[in-house]
Amino acid sequence: MVTPEQLKSWIDAGFDNAEVTVEGDGHHFEAVIVAKEFEGKTRIQRHQLVYAALGDKMKAEVHALSMKTLAPGEQA
Amino acid sequence: MTEQLTMQQQIEQAVTDNQVVLFMKGNANFPQCGFSGRAVQILQSLDTEFVTVDVLTNDAIREGIKQFSNWPTIPQLYVNGEFIGGSDIMTEMYEAGELQTVLSPQA
Repeated sequence: MVTPEQLKSWIDAGFDNAEVTVEGDGHHFEAVIVAKEFEGKTRIQRHQLVYAALGDKMKAEVHALSMKTLAPGEQA
Repeated sequence: MTEQLTMQQQIEQAVTDNQVVLFMKGNANFPQCGFSGRAVQILQSLDTEFVTVDVLTNDAIREGIKQFSNWPTIPQLYVNGEFIGGSDIMTEMYEAGELQTVLSPQA
């Protein structure tokens, strides 16, 4: 089963020193990600960046991931 | 491969023929997943007329829709043929009042 720490490391790996916090019960996860890569991007593009970082791990192990994707300085 | 192609065409048709389409697990009365349920609640709270497609009925739809939008999760909302997002983005847009504007032309 996936731990929040694992998921955090996978997301971290896909960004250049983003701020990532993850909570979850092994299947449902809540992540808050603050990354400069999100600047000027729509919500969908931001989420797709995260899904790209997770790659096929997203399909197999992570059933549900809720995320807040913020550019530096944006409010949740 | 051709069977997949017709699935992409079927999805294309579903999202162009209907103004608001929600690809979900289950249906509006019996959502089979919390996220799909939330998406239905949001649309119903806005009195939106919408069509649902139950991706659990057929794996080809379930996988085909993820390819169609390059989005790995269900539910998926389409308005006027455009992919709007999953239940997360719907919630964020709803709270920001943006979803109401996206859906308003039909109001």
